Amino acid sequence: MSEPLITARDLRKGYDAGRVRVLDGVSLEVRAGEMVALWGASGSGKSTLLHLLGGLDVPDAGELTVCGLDPRNEAHRLALRRRHLGFVFQLHNLIPDLTVEENLRVPALANGTPAAETRARLRELAEAVGLAHRLEHRIQDISGGERQRTAICRALMNSPRLLLADEPTGSLDEMTGDTVFALLRQLGQTRGITVVLATHERRFAEQCDRRLRVRSGRLEAA
Amino acid sequence: MGFLALVFVNLRRHKLRALIGVAGIGFGVAAMLAILSIINGAIGMFERILAVDSHYLVFEKNVSDLFFSSVPDEKTAALRAMAGVESAEPLLFGLVTSGDRPIITCFGLEATNPRLARAKWSAGRREDFGKIADGIWLGARAAEFLDARAGRKIAIGKGEFTVAGIFSTENGFEDGGVFLPLKDAQAFFHREGVASVVAVRLRDQARGAAFKQAVEAANPGLIALENREFNQGYTQFRILHFTAWAVGLCAFLLGGLGVANTMLLSVFSRIREIAVLRVCGFSPGQVAGLIFGEAVVIAAAGVALGLVLGYAALFALQHAPLFNGYIQAIVKPGMLAGIVATALVTAVAGALWPARFAARIQPAEALRYE
Repeated sequence: MSEPLITARDLRKGYDAGRVRVLDGVSLEVRAGEMVALWGASGSGKSTLLHLLGGLDVPDAGELTVCGLDPRNEAHRLALRRRHLGFVFQLHNLIPDLTVEENLRVPALANGTPAAETRARLRELAEAVGLAHRLEHRIQDISGGERQRTAICRALMNSPRLLLADEPTGSLDEMTGDTVFALLRQLGQTRGITVVLATHERRFAEQCDRRLRVRSGRLEAA
Repeated sequence: MGFLALVFVNLRRHKLRALIGVAGIGFGVAAMLAILSIINGAIGMFERILAVDSHYLVFEKNVSDLFFSSVPDEKTAALRAMAGVESAEPLLFGLVTSGDRPIITCFGLEATNPRLARAKWSAGRREDFGKIADGIWLGARAAEFLDARAGRKIAIGKGEFTVAGIFSTENGFEDGGVFLPLKDAQAFFHREGVASVVAVRLRDQARGAAFKQAVEAANPGLIALENREFNQGYTQFRILHFTAWAVGLCAFLLGGLGVANTMLLSVFSRIREIAVLRVCGFSPGQVAGLIFGEAVVIAAAGVALGLVLGYAALFALQHAPLFNGYIQAIVKPGMLAGIVATALVTAVAGALWPARFAARIQPAEALRYE
């Protein structure tokens, strides 16, 4: 059995000086290569948990290790985001006015990846997700599905071991959502990437290797 | 796409905002360039009035302005008699009125003064200077604005003089002034027996220190300053320089506030985008670098615009009939470098707070921001 890529013990997170408790003692383990769904209703704490796992936010209490790093440490958080994980959001969060290719270059720019390596990587990814013909197009000139595929490519630019996807199909129609989900699963399987997916849609959660239900800030097997 | 491309994309996206920042810095640069160059030019002209063919200026100690300095004629004679002195030329300054011109500089000087020999005479002869009764000699521009010609009578103050000659020099102040023989000027201004300043030329400039010491020892009421020393120490010049930089810096302050405003709006309008950059691996330093990069590009464009505007303004002012050629701008390389450096520092200072704010954006919090 593979090693755990994520280990979380008794994670707690609240807002408004603790008056709003979002996560209330979450523990989980995710092993390399798994596709895990965090399934739950809106406001259940899925996104907050994903943000903690991705080092976008820090827990108030509890222990957390992601890819061997401690996301409570600023330097580790930066290393995580640069080299170990990629993020996909519900709203694609691409930079408008830039082309697809320029958006894909952003993580490489942050990471200082050599130009030739960046070019090869983005071509390969664009081919893999069927975006090669759109590289020169600006974000506002492509469809919602293509934008989400661009966001997935961007998340994979630095060859991460872990992909965190926060409602990646949430803003897409059913058919496009299915395509994007299938793409995530296929990329995870073929590239050995661990995928943690936050979703409120049962049909996607059921297709994952494991699904964990998030309810009132706690995690339960579903 | 490199880091710089990202900087340009952000500026291009908010063109109007960026242009306002550029204009702020540009006007600061133009104002500073125009003011400093005009003042440098004015000081340069004044320096040349005093320092024609001389090494030292001797004048009364502790006067606030050379117009109030009095060097008695016998002191001039004593200076001429000193060993090592090649020439000592007294010069009396005064202000006169004529027609609708309330202020015209009048120079009282002797016929031996080298500026008369250097001048380009368009009417009259240098040899006749001081030999024509009730004669007055005019700078070319003064003749123009007084509408005077050789041989005509003109009213100067309460007196009436005959225009005995007209000449031009390279100096705008002199060209706009009137000239009287020293004795006539002393009588006209009721300052018989004195000059404002004596310009001394030494046979051996290396012996200047000994000359200065001797003059000041023999005449406790006088001071002898080397031209360079005079230019650096003369209070009026220092006030002018200080004023120019103060006005220029105020202009820059406004420019800096413009940049700060531009950068703040730029940061506030893309908080979410900056959060995404952080998610993609940008460090706080890289985010701050992006904001500073934008400020530097704005400053660079502002400097270019400001130089164009500044030079255009100087050209227009130098050629405006209104100023009678009094404006002779001097642009010094050091001054230009100072202006460019001030513009960059202003822009970077204006971007400090926005950059700090942007660098501290927490991704999770910012992603919730709408």
